[in-house]
Amino acid sequence: MGYEKRIDGRGFKETRPIEAKVGVIEKADGSAYFKIGKTWAYAAVYGPRELLPKSMQNPKTGILRVNYNMLPFSGVGERVRPGPSRRSREISMVSEAALLPVLDLEAYPNTVVDVFIELPQTDAGSRAAGICAASMALADAGLEMKDLVGAIAVGKVDDKIVVDLQYEEEAYKEGEVADIPIAMIPSTGEITLLQMDGPIKREELIEAIKIAKDVIKDIVEIQRKAIKDKYKGMIQ
Amino acid sequence: MGILVKERDIVTPGETLAEGLDYLPGQGTYRKEERIISKLVGIVNIDKKIIKVTPLSGKYLPKKGDLVIAKVIDITLNGWRLDINSPYSAMMLAKEATTRLVRKGEDLSRILDIGNYVLAKVKNVTSQNLVDLTMNEPELKKLSEGLIIRISPVKVPRVIGTRGSMVSMIKKETGCKIIVGQNGMVWIHGDEKGEVLAANAIRRIEKEAHINGLTEKIKEMLEKAKSKE
Repeated sequence: MGYEKRIDGRGFKETRPIEAKVGVIEKADGSAYFKIGKTWAYAAVYGPRELLPKSMQNPKTGILRVNYNMLPFSGVGERVRPGPSRRSREISMVSEAALLPVLDLEAYPNTVVDVFIELPQTDAGSRAAGICAASMALADAGLEMKDLVGAIAVGKVDDKIVVDLQYEEEAYKEGEVADIPIAMIPSTGEITLLQMDGPIKREELIEAIKIAKDVIKDIVEIQRKAIKDKYKGMIQ
Repeated sequence: MGILVKERDIVTPGETLAEGLDYLPGQGTYRKEERIISKLVGIVNIDKKIIKVTPLSGKYLPKKGDLVIAKVIDITLNGWRLDINSPYSAMMLAKEATTRLVRKGEDLSRILDIGNYVLAKVKNVTSQNLVDLTMNEPELKKLSEGLIIRISPVKVPRVIGTRGSMVSMIKKETGCKIIVGQNGMVWIHGDEKGEVLAANAIRRIEKEAHINGLTEKIKEMLEKAKSKE
């Protein structure tokens, strides 16, 4: 039979509705939210600031430290236990690696840039949403970046290549499901995050990545607009 | 080919500003092959052939010769550690704070104590951003009275205005002495009402920094506030 129609009726290459805003946490040096369907990610950036303990300092460059955290009530059903978990540490690490290639922190030796990603509600695709929010927040903090980073999950549900899986699709029982979060630097096409969960054929993976690249370009335009909207107000 | 943005456009990191070799990349931009690309969220500034992007946010990075306002946060064996509203703290040697001889073992807190504010100059910055301050110039001193406010360091040029036009207007209207540190710390000293008025004006400039004709608007606001008294 195959997967004929998506659960919420959108097209196979269509994302859920996206809403992005910059400057949502006044106390932070930079901040943003990125909402895609029912997955909401808030990011706050603090820094560059003094890094303590001193033993962690790098005299050659500033470092980036990303913390991904799902709030206790954010999951589907069960309460998410607060505090670091195997999963959140992994996502923090891969998000850091996804964002670092656009940053140049050599002008700030011995310092740290802290990025906190908090998710009040999640419905699949949370690491991609977190990276999108973090990239806008880093730009808002006034850091030098060679580009923004955009991210999206693509994958396969049964026999169809789909963009931006939601929870029910990840849990689809009647066929195989592959979930592939991808982050990319749009100006160079460099991929900074590529993970894969589930079986997919080589040709299908190549096609999925190709689709993701186009979608990410659109997402980065949404990010740019959100940044400009914040600062436009100051110019009149 | 050619330029893709206008003067005073807002741009974001990764945005192409110009194509071809007709333009040169200035501050806040970089060249990649034939393109000039922004590195910052900022405002485009085209100066003949040079394209610059002026940042709209960010932290203060000390430069040699900068006039800064600093807060004493610690006392060491031979000087002080000071907060300069930057990712890096600064040091000042005892001999840089006073012209008289400081004897060995003298209690430095009698010259400057923790919590004191000073007006100082950046004497030197190393590649590792170690910062040395000095007060050995006539106008540099301890700030014992008045009010200190912190603003975003990228807004400092706007608060000062073209050749000091903005700050001297606020000084005249409020009757306060005002010193704007390059690091975004501002010292205001006058009568109580004047200090509050000046602080409010500066906060408003920080918020609306890029609006045209701001000096006139601030002047209006100050005159209105004064006529209410």
